[in-house]
Amino acid sequence: MTRWQPVILWTDGLAWLGIMLMLILLFASRAQMRAGWQRLWQQPLAVISMLILLCYGSIGLVDSLHYRVRLPAINKQAQYSVTVYSVLDALLTPLRTHNETSYAAPLARRAFSATPERGAGGEVIEVRRPLQLGGQTPPHARTKLALRGALYGGITGVGLLLVIVSITRTFAARTTAPGQHVTPDPEPKFLWPKFPWPKFPWPKFPWRSFSLTLLLLSMLIGSTIELAGNFHVFGTNEIGQDVLYDSIKSVRTGLMMGCLATLVTLPLAVGLGLAAGYFGGWVDDLVQYVYTTLNAIPSVLLIAATVLLMQGFIETHPAMFDSTASRSDIRLLFLCVILGMTNWTGLCRILRGETLKLRELDYIQAARAFGVPSWRILWQHLLPNLSHLILISLVMDFSGLVLAEAVLSYIGVGVDPGMHSWGNMINAARLELSREPVIWWPLMAAFIGMFTLVLAANLFADAVREAFDPLAKR
Amino acid sequence: MIRYLLRRLLYAIPILLGVNLLTFCLFFMVNTPDDIARMHLGIKHVNHAAILNWEHSHGYDLPLFYNRHETHWQALTDTLFVHKSLSMFTLHFGLSDDGRDIAREIRQRAGPSLSIALPAFIIGLGTNISLALMLVWMRASLADRVGVIIAVALMSVSGLFYIIGGQFVIAHLWRWVPISGFVPGVDSWRFVLLPIAISVVAGIGNGMRWYRSIFLEEIGKDYVRTARAKGLDESRILFRHVLKNGMIPILTGAVTVLPLLFMGSLLTESFFGIPGLGSYVVDAIQSQDFAVVRAMVFIGSALYLIGLWLTDIAYGWVDPRVRLS
Amino acid sequence: MLRLFFLVLMLLLTGCHQSVWNDPYPAAESGSNTLYLAFQERPKHLDPAIAYSTDAYEIIGQIVEPPLQYDYLKRPYTLIPLTLRNMPDIQYLDATGKPLVNNAPVAAIAQSIYTLHLTPGIFYQPHPAFARNRFGQYTYWPLTTSAWRQLNRWQDFTHHGTQELTAADYVYAIKRLASPQTNCPILGIMSDNIVGMKQLAAKLAHDHPHPGNDEFIDLDHYTLSGVRQIDRYTLQIRLYGKYPQFSYWLAMPFFAPIPRAVDAFYHQPGMSAHNFTLDWHPVGTGPYQLTLMNPNWRMVLSRNPNFHHERYPNTGSTDDAAKGLLRDAGKPLPFIDNIVFSLEKETIPYWNKFLQGYYDYSAISTDNFNQAIATGIKGNPHVTPALRNQGITLSTSTLPVVSYIAFNMHDSTVGGNSIRARRLRQAISIAVNYEEFITIFLNGRGIPAQSPIPPGIFGYDDTPADIDPVTYHLVDGHIERRPITDARRLLAEAGYPNGRDSQTGAPLVLYYDNTFTGPNAKAYVDWMVSQLARLNIQLISRSSDFNRFEDKIRHGTTQIFVDGWNADYPDPENFLALFYGPNSKLSSGGENDANYHNPAYDALFEQMKNMDNTPQRFAIIQQMVKILQQDAPWMFGYFPRQYVLRQAWIGPTKPMPIANNTIKYIHLNPALREQERTRWNRPVVWPLAAIAGILPLAGLSMWRIKRRRDERTAS
Repeated sequence: MTRWQPVILWTDGLAWLGIMLMLILLFASRAQMRAGWQRLWQQPLAVISMLILLCYGSIGLVDSLHYRVRLPAINKQAQYSVTVYSVLDALLTPLRTHNETSYAAPLARRAFSATPERGAGGEVIEVRRPLQLGGQTPPHARTKLALRGALYGGITGVGLLLVIVSITRTFAARTTAPGQHVTPDPEPKFLWPKFPWPKFPWPKFPWRSFSLTLLLLSMLIGSTIELAGNFHVFGTNEIGQDVLYDSIKSVRTGLMMGCLATLVTLPLAVGLGLAAGYFGGWVDDLVQYVYTTLNAIPSVLLIAATVLLMQGFIETHPAMFDSTASRSDIRLLFLCVILGMTNWTGLCRILRGETLKLRELDYIQAARAFGVPSWRILWQHLLPNLSHLILISLVMDFSGLVLAEAVLSYIGVGVDPGMHSWGNMINAARLELSREPVIWWPLMAAFIGMFTLVLAANLFADAVREAFDPLAKR
Repeated sequence: MIRYLLRRLLYAIPILLGVNLLTFCLFFMVNTPDDIARMHLGIKHVNHAAILNWEHSHGYDLPLFYNRHETHWQALTDTLFVHKSLSMFTLHFGLSDDGRDIAREIRQRAGPSLSIALPAFIIGLGTNISLALMLVWMRASLADRVGVIIAVALMSVSGLFYIIGGQFVIAHLWRWVPISGFVPGVDSWRFVLLPIAISVVAGIGNGMRWYRSIFLEEIGKDYVRTARAKGLDESRILFRHVLKNGMIPILTGAVTVLPLLFMGSLLTESFFGIPGLGSYVVDAIQSQDFAVVRAMVFIGSALYLIGLWLTDIAYGWVDPRVRLS
Repeated sequence: MLRLFFLVLMLLLTGCHQSVWNDPYPAAESGSNTLYLAFQERPKHLDPAIAYSTDAYEIIGQIVEPPLQYDYLKRPYTLIPLTLRNMPDIQYLDATGKPLVNNAPVAAIAQSIYTLHLTPGIFYQPHPAFARNRFGQYTYWPLTTSAWRQLNRWQDFTHHGTQELTAADYVYAIKRLASPQTNCPILGIMSDNIVGMKQLAAKLAHDHPHPGNDEFIDLDHYTLSGVRQIDRYTLQIRLYGKYPQFSYWLAMPFFAPIPRAVDAFYHQPGMSAHNFTLDWHPVGTGPYQLTLMNPNWRMVLSRNPNFHHERYPNTGSTDDAAKGLLRDAGKPLPFIDNIVFSLEKETIPYWNKFLQGYYDYSAISTDNFNQAIATGIKGNPHVTPALRNQGITLSTSTLPVVSYIAFNMHDSTVGGNSIRARRLRQAISIAVNYEEFITIFLNGRGIPAQSPIPPGIFGYDDTPADIDPVTYHLVDGHIERRPITDARRLLAEAGYPNGRDSQTGAPLVLYYDNTFTGPNAKAYVDWMVSQLARLNIQLISRSSDFNRFEDKIRHGTTQIFVDGWNADYPDPENFLALFYGPNSKLSSGGENDANYHNPAYDALFEQMKNMDNTPQRFAIIQQMVKILQQDAPWMFGYFPRQYVLRQAWIGPTKPMPIANNTIKYIHLNPALREQERTRWNRPVVWPLAAIAGILPLAGLSMWRIKRRRDERTAS
């Protein structure tokens, strides 16, 4: 038996699968979309938001590699623990394990509220106890730690930039055949031209925004890491858990809601949309009927009913869900599926309309006349020409789905209450705001985490639409 | 035209039937009549006889789709599906689990819901259009770019933050309005002021950006170029022609969502204690009162279909070519 | 935009000619003798025969009057007559029907007879059901179709009448408990105790198998053999055996009078469709009547003009006198004219409005705690200086409630009577640190429980002799929870050293069933998981909605689950019955959720349940508690304490958690309230001024941009 046993949760598997499928689709349609990609990577905002999304994405993916540890053997029978951890948990072990008893403010050294303690003379006095994490650190260490972290981060960032530049240079040199790139722009629009900077390949790529964002991000991450080792950067929550850990763990939930909801219903939307548009007739009528009916139901109510239904299913099949992680995971999956169910109709309608138009094009008509089987026409000619629409719909829906998670948690039909999610954090913060003094940090952490992700996603979605949608104009 | 509209209207019936069947299946799978009875009777000292009794007196002791104890039509009609679900087509929503008439409740709650949703919608439309026009007017300048980014930032904030923040600052710190509650009648304006303001602000990001793109599309059209060539000044082009033509897609879009305003807003109403349909839905979900949820699903879908129908009319009215189809 | 803004400003200024802008109540109410309270959720039922929840009792407790009530000032809780002249006469009979002496052995008693003598001259509130025309016929019964045309709202019933309370009304109300139309939750218990109740219920169910809401079942045509009207003011209730707890039931709204005229009135065709039911418009003889019933907005109780029969109690302890509780002694009740319950679903606005003076009372949720309460030198809670400056005072009381975590005794791992399972339960009981729970989640508003019997109930004992020897021990005379090492030792004895099965090495996994939802759910679950993690036990939370949870309990598929019990009446029997084997949830659908079964305990219970509160009873209870502590079917959890804040304008009141009709004792000073509200709610105006300053500036700069642009295009 190995020391670890990998555990693949439903959402893990589906997320990886979905990403692969999406990549395959994009690869298959690379020819049709080349111009779009080139337009996309010329926009500074697209590059900046992509970098931020990459940060979130890598957190989410690292958090989607789950495992169980082996326990020491008893009677020579080794067993695996029931608790499922992710690689991210392992990386964040200090944050996960340094628990206080109750609230602590961000970067605080003492507990937020006083607890009664028996004094030397037996009398009860109120004391604000020093924290486990931060209690021993000298008070002026914060700035020092933050600056040091920023320095380390900055150095790493510059290194990373150099590596990226040299890799892309060789890559660009290899792929760009002579004469293909007609704009030999030797002068990079970056800093002082006289300085012997490495030559930047891809002259239209906004290198200045890219490097600046990369540098700032790595400095920010550096100082956060340095501070988090000695303090609770975002304080602790009601039962003393680190809020930073909570909000980092929430990233995966947010991403899953944002991506998986569209990805799991993507085959349905694409299949039905193409079929309706291509075959027409009763198929079209049926598909239109199905999506109008689904659209007509207020989505919140549909979600509520399904979540309750699924809860019943979990309760009646307790054996299938043997760990806390798998229980909350299946609920997340259901939620994604049902959110997808209320969402796929939009894409389906667009695909249907577009297929109707494409179907009439000459080369498709010609292919049909030559008796090329329908599935080949659909796969080889129609789908690649529609994949930009799929991409656009994916990125456009993303932010709305992330935001929906918080609202659903408030109504009580969101993710499992035990799961790390921004929605659950906001929900808890409702009570904390009416305290005096106000407990503001969990709400702030959730706000920052969510706002950054959604803002980046929105900006990226804008850029994608502008780059790929020939009709969208500024 | 009228025949076309009638056909569209008839088309709504199978859709409503589908919705009806789907929700019935969903809800009776979630909550068996047993569960409903138990919820209703409370927890302490409940025995089986009391449950049977309750089911009986509330008409929940029928089979779902087929009644084996009856003959002919009655085998199909004396069922839960017909009694509890199909009956909604006659606007008989029955009693909620706590014994109140749902139709009456909905009528009572539509007023408070509308008193927030309608002003918020109209003021929001006005605000968004004026802001969008302002951006278009300053287009391609720094102010425009900043404006767009602000709009994106505004729409990246969860609605919950707007509500929590607004309530905290305006009602708690500044004490301008009652922090929550509602009073029937004219005096309600003090209570709806803050919810309306928050709804408007929360909608600015999305609306402003959308309308801006509509106006920009309009401004790129040939007639604008012609007007400009004729020497009309920029403000006049914008406020006379672009605004007028841009309003067509905006208003037809608005017509689609207009009927749904009746449903109220889930979050705003719950946070501000407004006794409207939105908070009715939230309460019903939280207390699992499925009679109410089913009724609201039905009404919601019906309103949605009415919205689609109105859009058809609006398009036909605006663009006579549509009549051909 | 600008115009809109000024419009709003004008509205604000004209609408709020008074200096307060945020008064949530109609201006007409200012200065009135009205008590303002809140309700979080509309009470599901107000029909006294059905209502069985605290929020409903807060309303109908003021409206209806059962025969008995609890003395407001006396402790321990004592029953006194409410509509009766004196306490019921109790007569015991043997199997042959011969009278027995009062202290006869329980086994000899076959039946008991309660004779109730009503006070003459008690009248019902004005109500349309009593309205009669000059011929003596009821105005609104039976209603014709033409009459319905004028009746749409409750206010359309313009004619009211009243009638005197008679013994027949109580008889009718008790019969109503058996009606299939009522679905009374305590019918099961009462059928076991009141003679003839079961037969009546069966007969009614047989005669009226499909009782719709519009069908009037005239209960005068049916007899209940155990309940008899002797004369206009006297009735007799006959019970099987001895059942001393029956007196407590007589103080609950289930036994409030319902005249036949009212029942007939509400069960006319068309009534329920208009929401004209007893559930919405209860009728009673109490100090208040429900004058406005809009569960989406507010419920208003107003003084019952026909209420004259009660005065403030004259006797109280010296402590009561010192607290000013005897200031109103002998004055006629009630003191307050109107009680307004406003809908307030969220805690944040509720707390804010209390601080702004718009609610007169507030319970404190944990989250407002630091703001409200500081712990004093001796660990005594008192209000913080900020609140003390507002004149807010605090009163605390322990509720007759126990909040516990139970083990399902049918579970194969934690259940059963084996030593192994018992050690496991004991280990877990030590590990779950309720002291910490109370500190974190309740801010100290609870007492860790040593037994299921809360303070204030006979059988509660807080001497060291009574501590739970399994989970606690004495250190220097202080009761302290046993250290976690003791729990680990017990766990090893149970066969799970360090949380691993000693045979297979499998980690011990337990399941935690709960219904946590809402903001704190995650914290509760995580805390519990962390408690068992100290024993290296893996706890998996199975949160579900209420229906599923009930389902699991009913089918015995839970393992460790959270629950609570709110006492029906202040008698230990009500709590100890939760462990009585024949009450098991799984086998009989009773209230024994843990499905605990121990013959020795059951024997003691049967002996104890019908005894009077004597030292012998106390000794038996102690014996029973010792058995429970060893068997540990529950982690006894805690007894919540209620902290209630009161505004300065409310007169002194005594917390009385078991009674529900105490609003009539409250006194308030509306003038002071008006003055304080104005002082506390001055709006902050500078932001308005700032906006008023910025807007013209923004407009100006816009205009300048436009001019510049025009010039550019012109040139």
